[in-house]
Amino acid sequence: MFKTVIRRAGKCAAVAAAGLMMMSAQAAEPIKIGSFLSVTGPASFLGDPELKTLEMYVEKINEEGGVLGRQLELIHYDDVGNASSARNFASRLIRSDQVDIIVGGSTTGATMAAVPLIEQAEVPFISLAGAVVITNPVKKWVFKTPQTDRMAAERILTDMKDRGITKFGLISGTGGFGSSGRTQTLEVAEAMGMEVVADVTYSGSDTDMTAQLTNIRNTSGVEAVLNFGFGQGPAIVTRNYAQLGMELPFYQSHGVASDSFLELAGSSAEGLRLPASPLLVPDSLPNDDPQKEVVQNYKAEYEARWDSKVSTFGAYAYDGLMLAVRAMEEAGSTDPEAVRNALENIQGYVGVTGVFNMSPEDHNGLDPDSFRILEVQNGEWKLID
Amino acid sequence: MLNTFMQSRLRGLVILALILVILPAFLGNPFHYELVTQMAIIAATVVGLNLLVGFAGQISLGHAGFFGLGAYFTGIATGTYGWSSVPALVVGAIVVGAIAWIVGRPILRLKGHYLSMATLAVGFIIAIILNNERALTGGPDGMPVPAFEIFGWELSAFGRYSLFGITIEGFQAWYIFASVVLLVAVWFALNLIESPIGRALRSVHGSEVAASVVGVNTAKYKSLVFVISAIYASLMGSLYAHFQGFITPAVASFEFSILFITMVVLGGMGSTFGVILGAVVLKLLPQVLADFQELEHVMFGLILMLTMIFMPKGLLPTLTAFVSKKMRKKAGGEA
Repeated sequence: MFKTVIRRAGKCAAVAAAGLMMMSAQAAEPIKIGSFLSVTGPASFLGDPELKTLEMYVEKINEEGGVLGRQLELIHYDDVGNASSARNFASRLIRSDQVDIIVGGSTTGATMAAVPLIEQAEVPFISLAGAVVITNPVKKWVFKTPQTDRMAAERILTDMKDRGITKFGLISGTGGFGSSGRTQTLEVAEAMGMEVVADVTYSGSDTDMTAQLTNIRNTSGVEAVLNFGFGQGPAIVTRNYAQLGMELPFYQSHGVASDSFLELAGSSAEGLRLPASPLLVPDSLPNDDPQKEVVQNYKAEYEARWDSKVSTFGAYAYDGLMLAVRAMEEAGSTDPEAVRNALENIQGYVGVTGVFNMSPEDHNGLDPDSFRILEVQNGEWKLID
Repeated sequence: MLNTFMQSRLRGLVILALILVILPAFLGNPFHYELVTQMAIIAATVVGLNLLVGFAGQISLGHAGFFGLGAYFTGIATGTYGWSSVPALVVGAIVVGAIAWIVGRPILRLKGHYLSMATLAVGFIIAIILNNERALTGGPDGMPVPAFEIFGWELSAFGRYSLFGITIEGFQAWYIFASVVLLVAVWFALNLIESPIGRALRSVHGSEVAASVVGVNTAKYKSLVFVISAIYASLMGSLYAHFQGFITPAVASFEFSILFITMVVLGGMGSTFGVILGAVVLKLLPQVLADFQELEHVMFGLILMLTMIFMPKGLLPTLTAFVSKKMRKKAGGEA
């Protein structure tokens, strides 16, 4: 009797599963774009503008007739910055909602938690997170739109070198962004023949970094200071830096490239440099810059729609969505393999973050020059290079 | 015969097994299977924690630390050093058990809030180590874990297996595997509770002084059950790591420890099946509320508050008491 129960249960399950599959096959009219983002929680400053961007551009594309003659449908979940919920929602997107492509993953942890699943499920995935591990080594189904932290390190160190600096002190956060940035900076410094003479860290909940900065100041031979981190840590470092009266050239990472950082750090940010998206200085870009128009349009549209300041992080979602759309148009279908191949062959797509040239060896497609070096002058961003 | 069956202490186990057998009929797609698999793994952890909290009356606010240690031991041993899954799981459990024994001896001398604080600290220390030992654990961004491997078979949620002519999908295989694990975990816990050890533990819960007066070695039993519940957590942490395929230090976080304790309290302290219900409810909540993510914490707090006010014994004990009261009334009315 027991066996019959099992058998019947198995049959019921099979019938139910088959029924569901047929239903979803018939209902597969709109193209389903899945997304899991950290809309609330500690990483909400990433997820919130990303979701807003996806929502407004999916609407816009639908008004203009959709993609391949089909409407887009955005299915999104909030992972609250928690990696295991990110993985669960990725699974839900793939197996329950059966999306055609995923654009999401606000943080590196959330992205990497979903990657093993996505690789096995064979669904194209465009991540919006920063660390270099996402696309290096290259994973067949995984792409990403932000520049890697390695590129940021390269860009900063190149700028230092141009100013004749070869020895610098590094202060980094122990969070995911800071510690990955620290590793990349150390590697790039070695490759470029520069020397990290002081290497200190702070944890996310620290409220005073004068001890670490004093340590750097007292190290002999320091010619500049670089802070890799995001959240409120870098703002505190910047304030402490000014309080200690340190005069050395000061660099921040792209993690704080937003107007809210300027508000937090106030006048103490004066003179610091960082690599950033051109989105912060849309009007100072030279007229022959191919990105100028895209950047200006995105900023204008976003600010008109949401009545809030545009953010670099939202731009990652813009590029992710547009790359997905372009890949589907070039593939002529939503077949995962075809879309993936098309993504891999995208050349010269001009986005807000940079100009993307994908290849089988490079699933990011950006080069370090897509970062602009900005300097804070009179409380505003000034384009340097 | 039915009567003797209903009296048997394995009654609940049989009912649980039946539920697990019938459940697939209600699971619409692979995602549902995955969710239930996770629930089973978490439920087994909570069954272990309940031995400590519900029966011995000792609060642990750092249990996710042991869960995380098990997960990372597996991740590092199989991923970095290429061990096979089963030895990694077993050795991990032994190591975690030993750690629990070492830290348990001194901290179980503490009582009440002090014990909670000490376990809290242990959990924090483990989480900080996992976060900072970047070379070993991959730091806050986490590390990948290979698929579970058993006798040369890889149990992957995306595989397809055929055995004796029946083909099953990987997620179904995981479901069956996790169900069996849960049943074994419950069976072991039930037997432990009914053994002399279990009676000794309950006496400690009732009154530690009285227990030691009648000759129960309270220190010994307390650290024993602490180690057992840590081993439960470690084993389940290992399976969780394999199932997820990727782990971050969040598995050892304070929030996760609190979630475990909440499952115990919500489901019913000291009720092995109650805590399973607690795990199911709290694991389901984020998925049910996926469209109203902002409300999740509000709901979480509300549920906990209402349970504490109206069902201080927890969901299942209150419900069963209610049902049996009704039934008795009905039987009385007919007579």
